[in-house]
Amino acid sequence: MVEPLIFEYHANGGRSFTVKAPEASNLPEQFLRKSKPALPSVSELQVVRHYTRLSQLNFSIDTHFYPLGSCTMKYNPKACNSLAMLPELLSRHPLAPDQFSQGTLECLYELQEMLQQATGMSGVSLTPMAGAQGELAGVAMIQAYHKARNDHERNEIIVPDAAHGTNPATATMCGCKVVEIPTCADGDLDINALKAAVGPKTAGIMLTNPSTLGVFERQIEEIAAIVHAAGGLLYYDGANLNAILGRTSPGAMGFDVVHLNLHKTFSTPHGGGGPGSGAVGVSERLRPYLPIPLVIKTASGYSWAAEKDCPDSIGRLSAFMGNVGVLLRAYIYMRMLGGEGMRRVSEYAVLNANYIMVCLDAAGFTIAFAERRASHEFIISVKQITRETGISAMDFAKAILD
Amino acid sequence: MPFIPHTSDDLSAMLKRIGADTLDDLFDEIPANLTMQSIQGAPEGMSESEISSLMHERADTDGRPVCFMGAGAYDHFVPAAVWQLTTRGEFYSAYTPYQAEASQGTLQVIYEYQTMMASLTGLDISNASLYDGATAFAEACLMAVRANRKSKSRKILVPRTVHPYYREVAFNIVRGQNIELVDLPMLDGVTDIAALAEHAGQDFAAVVIQQPNFFGSLEQVDALTNWAHAEAALVIAVANPLALSLLTPPGEWGEAGADVACGEGQPLGVPMSSGGPFYGYMVCRKNIVRQMPGRIVGRTVDVDGKPGFTLTLQAREQHIRRSRATSNICTNQGLMVTASTIYMALLGNEGLRRVALASHENTRQLIEDLCAIQGISRAFTSPVFHEAVLLLDRPVAPVLDALAATGILGGVDLSEFYPELGNALLVCATETRTPKHIGQYVAAMKAVFTIEEVRQHG
Repeated sequence: MVEPLIFEYHANGGRSFTVKAPEASNLPEQFLRKSKPALPSVSELQVVRHYTRLSQLNFSIDTHFYPLGSCTMKYNPKACNSLAMLPELLSRHPLAPDQFSQGTLECLYELQEMLQQATGMSGVSLTPMAGAQGELAGVAMIQAYHKARNDHERNEIIVPDAAHGTNPATATMCGCKVVEIPTCADGDLDINALKAAVGPKTAGIMLTNPSTLGVFERQIEEIAAIVHAAGGLLYYDGANLNAILGRTSPGAMGFDVVHLNLHKTFSTPHGGGGPGSGAVGVSERLRPYLPIPLVIKTASGYSWAAEKDCPDSIGRLSAFMGNVGVLLRAYIYMRMLGGEGMRRVSEYAVLNANYIMVCLDAAGFTIAFAERRASHEFIISVKQITRETGISAMDFAKAILD
Repeated sequence: MPFIPHTSDDLSAMLKRIGADTLDDLFDEIPANLTMQSIQGAPEGMSESEISSLMHERADTDGRPVCFMGAGAYDHFVPAAVWQLTTRGEFYSAYTPYQAEASQGTLQVIYEYQTMMASLTGLDISNASLYDGATAFAEACLMAVRANRKSKSRKILVPRTVHPYYREVAFNIVRGQNIELVDLPMLDGVTDIAALAEHAGQDFAAVVIQQPNFFGSLEQVDALTNWAHAEAALVIAVANPLALSLLTPPGEWGEAGADVACGEGQPLGVPMSSGGPFYGYMVCRKNIVRQMPGRIVGRTVDVDGKPGFTLTLQAREQHIRRSRATSNICTNQGLMVTASTIYMALLGNEGLRRVALASHENTRQLIEDLCAIQGISRAFTSPVFHEAVLLLDRPVAPVLDALAATGILGGVDLSEFYPELGNALLVCATETRTPKHIGQYVAAMKAVFTIEEVRQHG
C-alpha cells in the first residue's frame, strides 16, 4: 500500500483550529517574508487518517516481536508515557524557579541516585541527550582529568575493533587519536595487543561489557589493571548494561566513567530514532568534571547546580537540562520495577537469548562463540551457508522481516 | 512479574533446553568476585496505581504558574491530535529506521518533515533533526568549518546576541577540534554592524546570525549576510522556525541567502517539558550537503518501481565512516519530529502565521502595558518578534520572586548573562497568554512597584 505525501492531499484551505490574531504585524516590511512556505493545507481528519496510516507502515515493539541485537528493544510500559505527560510536567518551563519545580527535581534527584546504585558509580549527570552525547561527555571528562594533572600528552583512545561506530567517532570529535586493537577467537580482547597499545599517550579505553560480540569480557579485571597502571582510564559504553543489571556493575569491574542508554536498559521509547538519553556516571575522581546542570538536595529542598557550583565541569551540553521527559519515563520504569525487578528483567533477557541460541544451534546454524554463554544477544555466522549457496546474512535478516 | 510474560513452566523448560539448572548459571562467566546479589540501596518496586499517585503528587507540587518566560522554550498551544497520533505505539515503540522496509511510516514522516523545513527556511536540504537547538548550532559550526573551501580558518564570529547557553554548548562541543568562537559586540540589542569593520579582511570560516536573537530583537540579516559573503565566510542562521512563517527565511537573506539554518524545533508542537526532549533542525544549501551531520531521508523507487523512502548519503555517518564521520551523532529526535510534522500539517501556512502574529501582538501589548508603569522601560529600540528586554529601576530577582508568589513566572532575569545591561528582564507572551493573563501580570507588577514606592518613601 502506498500512502501519498501529505502535500498531495487535496488542499481545502486549512482546518478549523485557528487562534485569534491580527491580520498583519506592525513589523517593518524589510523583515517580512515575501514568499509563502509550501506547507499542507488540509483538514484535521485528513491529517489523522494520513498519519495513522503511516504509523501502520512501521514495524514496532507494540506490533511485532523485535529480536534486534545491540539495541535492547524492550516493551515500553504505557504508564511511563502517560505519567510523564501529566500537564504540570509538560508545561514546566526549563528555567522555572525552584518553588515550581520540587516535584520534577525530586524525581530527577532520585533517578540520579538509582542510576548511581545500578552502575556502582559515585556521581551521575542526567544531561546528555543520547548515548553518543554521553560518550562525548565521558571522553571530555577523561581529557579534563588528565589536563588537571598536567598530563598533556594523553590523547589516544583505545577501542576494540568490534566496537560500535560511535566510539571511534566520539574520540575523534574530542580531538583524540583512535587506536584499534583486535579481539581473540573466543570473543575476549587480545590482552597482548592491549599491553602493546598502552603507554604514556593513553588517555583511556572504551569498552562495552558484555561486548558487541554478545559475550562477557572475562579478563575485565586484568584489562582494568593494565590500563590503570599505564595511567589511562576506563570508559564503559552502557549499550549492553541490560545483560548484567543487578548481577555486576561497571563500578565493580573497575570502570571510571559510564554512559547509559536509558532508551535501552530503562525502557524509554526508541521513538523511530530518538529522543534518546545518555546519562553518565563517574567514579569519585571524575566527579568534579560531570556535565551540568546536576540536581542537588539541600536543607531548603532540591535545586540545580550549574556553572557557579561546579567550576571544573566540562560544562553544559544542551540548551537546558537534557531530555527531562525521557528521564521521567526512565524514573517511572525503575520505580515500578524496583531493585529486584531490574535484576529480573536482565535475567529473563539473558534467558531468552541463551534459549534462542540453543534452538538455532540445534537447527543447524553456526553460533559464532558456541562455547560461550550468550549475554542478552549473540551472533550467528552464516559464512558457510553463504559459501555453499550464496545466501548472505542480509538475506536471512530480510527473510525474517518478511 | 511486571512486564515479563514467562510462566514458571516456561522458565523450567527453557533452562532445561539450555542445560542450566538455575538462572544464576547463565551468569557464570562473570568472575565471582565481581558479582552482586542485589542493587544496593535501590527501592522496592511499586504497583502502577502507587506510582500513579506518586507522580500526580509530584506534578501537583510543581503546579501550573502562568508563564511569561521564553529564552528558547516557548509555551505554545498544541492541538490534541498531535500527541495522540505521535504516541501511537507504531511510532512510539519503533526502532530507528535503518531497515527501510520495516520503517516506511517513520521514513515518510521524516521526508515530509524535511520538505516542510526546507520550505520554511528557504534552503535546499534538511536533515532528519539533531538533539536540540544548542547542539544543532554547535554542529552547524563544525559543519561550516568543514564546508568553507575558501577559508582555512577555524574561527567563527558569534554575536553576543546569540542565546548564551547556545554559545556555551557550542564552545564545549567544538573546543575538542580547536575551533575558536569569537564574540561580536552588540548595540541596541542587535549585532553592532559598525563593529564588523574590525574583522574585515581577516580569515574566518563563518558568521552566525540569530533571528530573532536571544533578546527577541530582529537582526539586520541582509546587511550581515552580504558582509559575511563579501568576506568569503559562510552564514549560519539560527532561527525560530515558527517566526519564519512571518519573517524572511534564511535562504532569502541578503543577495545570496544563508548557507546553513539551524535552531530549536520546540515551538512547532513540542511541549516545554523542562527543556527536553526538544529537537534541533538543520537545513543547508545543496552544495555543502555532504558536510551535513545527522540522518537524511530520501525518496526512491524499489526494484518493482514502487515509490519508497530510505536513509540516504549514509557515507557521512559514524556507522559507516567510524572515526572519519561528520559527527558522532547516530540518533535524531524522531518522535519530536513526528509531532512537529503533524503540528505543521494541522496548522498549515495560515495557522502557523496566525500563531506567530498572535504571539507578536500579545508581546507588544504586554510590553506596552508594563512600560506604562513608572520604573519600567524598553531596553532597546529595535523591533521584536515575541520577546523583549525590559529595564527595571531596581534589581530583577526580588521582583520576579514577588510575581512568583502570585503564580506568575514574570520572565528571565538577564543580570547574570548580561551584567552590562543592568536590571534587565526578558519577557515573552505567546498566543496562549490571554488578555486576562496579561492583565494579571500587569496588575501584579503594578502592585510590586507601588508597595516598593510606599516602602521607599514611607
